Amino acid sequence: MHGLAFDVAHLLSGSLVLISLMLLYQDRLYSLLNIFAFHAVFLAFAVAWQAFIQRAPHLYVTAAIALAFKGIVIPVALHRMVQRLGIHRQIETVVGIGPTMLFGIGLVALSIMVMLPVTEQADALTQEDLAFALSVVLLGLLMMVTRRNAVSQIVGFMSLENGLILAAAGAKGMPLVVEISIAFSVLIALIVIGIFLFRIRERFDTVDVHVLDRFRGEQP
Amino acid sequence: MMPSGESAMAAVLIIPAVATLLLAVISSYQAGSTINVVATALTLCASSLLVVVRPAPSLYLHVDDFNIFLVVLNTFVAFTTSVFSASYIAHELSSRRLTPGYLRFYHAMYQVLMLAMNVALLANNIGLMWVAIELATLTTVLMVGIYRTPAALEAAWKYFILGSVGIALALFGTILIYLAARPTMGQGMESMAWTLLVSHAAAFDPALLNLAFVFLLLGYGTKVGLAPLHAWLPDAHAEGPTPISAVLSGLLLNVALYVLLRFKILLTANAAALAPGALMIGMGLVSLIFAALMLYRRRDIKRMFAYSSIEHMGIITFAFGMGGPLASFAGLFHMTMHSLTKSAIFFAVGHVSQAKGTQKIAEIRGLTESHPVLGWGLVLGVIAIAGMPPFGIFMSEFLIISSTFAREPLLAIPLVLGLLIGIGALVLRMQGLAFGPASQPNTPVEASYVPLFAHLALVFAAGVFLPDALVSWFRTVATMIG
Repeated sequence: MHGLAFDVAHLLSGSLVLISLMLLYQDRLYSLLNIFAFHAVFLAFAVAWQAFIQRAPHLYVTAAIALAFKGIVIPVALHRMVQRLGIHRQIETVVGIGPTMLFGIGLVALSIMVMLPVTEQADALTQEDLAFALSVVLLGLLMMVTRRNAVSQIVGFMSLENGLILAAAGAKGMPLVVEISIAFSVLIALIVIGIFLFRIRERFDTVDVHVLDRFRGEQP
Repeated sequence: MMPSGESAMAAVLIIPAVATLLLAVISSYQAGSTINVVATALTLCASSLLVVVRPAPSLYLHVDDFNIFLVVLNTFVAFTTSVFSASYIAHELSSRRLTPGYLRFYHAMYQVLMLAMNVALLANNIGLMWVAIELATLTTVLMVGIYRTPAALEAAWKYFILGSVGIALALFGTILIYLAARPTMGQGMESMAWTLLVSHAAAFDPALLNLAFVFLLLGYGTKVGLAPLHAWLPDAHAEGPTPISAVLSGLLLNVALYVLLRFKILLTANAAALAPGALMIGMGLVSLIFAALMLYRRRDIKRMFAYSSIEHMGIITFAFGMGGPLASFAGLFHMTMHSLTKSAIFFAVGHVSQAKGTQKIAEIRGLTESHPVLGWGLVLGVIAIAGMPPFGIFMSEFLIISSTFAREPLLAIPLVLGLLIGIGALVLRMQGLAFGPASQPNTPVEASYVPLFAHLALVFAAGVFLPDALVSWFRTVATMIG
């Protein structure tokens, strides 16, 4: 039984890393949002599995939040927004897809090499979980720096945050996980969707962050 | 009858919370700014009570020598800033930069920010600390974007993205600290309570602690504004309302640094873990020199003082990185002095930019001629922040430099160099701003100068004479930080 528990947890968090890599090369906003929904659903499964094997019922709440909020509500809302803004065409990446993917693979290798030796004293489950979580976090960061579009930056941030929730769920018995996941959801919902995109739209007729750069106060 | 420590601590948190709800429903902006001032004054009274009566630490909140001094400083500057804000926003309303609806939002957010910072300072739980910093980031992002100009939106967006990445990394570090604590302290809330963590830290796995500290340093370091993670800071200071720039520089940077220092204490308690000092010295020096050089090419007055904040946070981080009773003492002293001086400068700058209708340095000239009180106030503030005697910052910088010379003479060279470069830039700019023929337009300002000169008087007094009680207090905290 223990072997199975470990294998399933391993599979789920491993898929999360895989989906993070897939996010990196999506060059259309719709498909990016769809893949992100997958990311959130797998996170929900991974957290629910942790709740089951750790016998920690409060983690089911976190899983439910991930599934409902990030798996359904946010992708649907962003879908609509993209449609309304008429920006569903190709999104530009700052760096090419090939180098980004290679860099992403490098980051995964790096996080495994950093985390595994450091967490030697922890049990195998936590150890692998943390290594995967760090990979997801770093891939999310990578996505945020390689994209210019505000929507894809948010998707990058949300995938990064999924990695954090994975790490928090994997740390056995950690308190406040539910509160933290709620705090994150509030952060995303309130700031990103509610205010920024609409304001940016209102002012610039675009959500390409690159255009914002022109408005730097420093230009003479 | 003396109120108990618990009720005083509750008051420090409940007053801003109640004021937020109240301000959210009151539509008159005059009433709003009055309530804002009253609420911050009450919070200041409650926090001063905490000095006398101290509640027992719980798993969530605690008061010790270190945070009590910052709570009092925080609530004091929050109070003076709210007085400044009351005279500032009336002008913003009449010049139609803000609508009454936005002002209501602004006042409510001001109190949320106070609540978040007080929670972050009083938190004993490292998870709660994180949530409070996140809340503070969230509210300041909204405040920075409040003018809704393209530049303000860009600043808010940048702050949001960098700030979120910072707090995300900090959360990862927090999780790693919990994992390091779990084998010795077991599962549950105890393994996140700072007071308990410190007493058990010697038994933690050093490798995990090291890794956690790197994440925490990068994460909370972003909020402190340390180079190379400072990019959000100048924009956020320049584009938001000036009272928020004052609170950001004077308080929020301190709060983030305080959180970082808590983790530094944790790491120092474990003999096998890496010494956090070297990392902090490195980041501090880079921030200092980088910001000092950047001061020369600034064209926007608020942006210039934002870079000066980066410079001073660098100096403070450097001092705490050096460690030891003297350097930590100087670091604490500098933290206090910088907080008071920089907010005073922003009070002056706020009125200046209203009087001149611009923030461009080139278009502001001869302030001492056109607005003598304001102009000389700014001059005094700049003299103080540049670290000239007899102001307090001179004392703290002198202590930092002399302790560095005594222990690591080689490190003192870049330190002194950075300081001199910074002084040069500030003096150069100040001459243009303050002296010579006055530039147009010259709108008279209806300003309350009390906050500005109250801060400057305190900084002056601390530079001339520091009461023994305060000295011994700083000394106790410096030993605690190590």
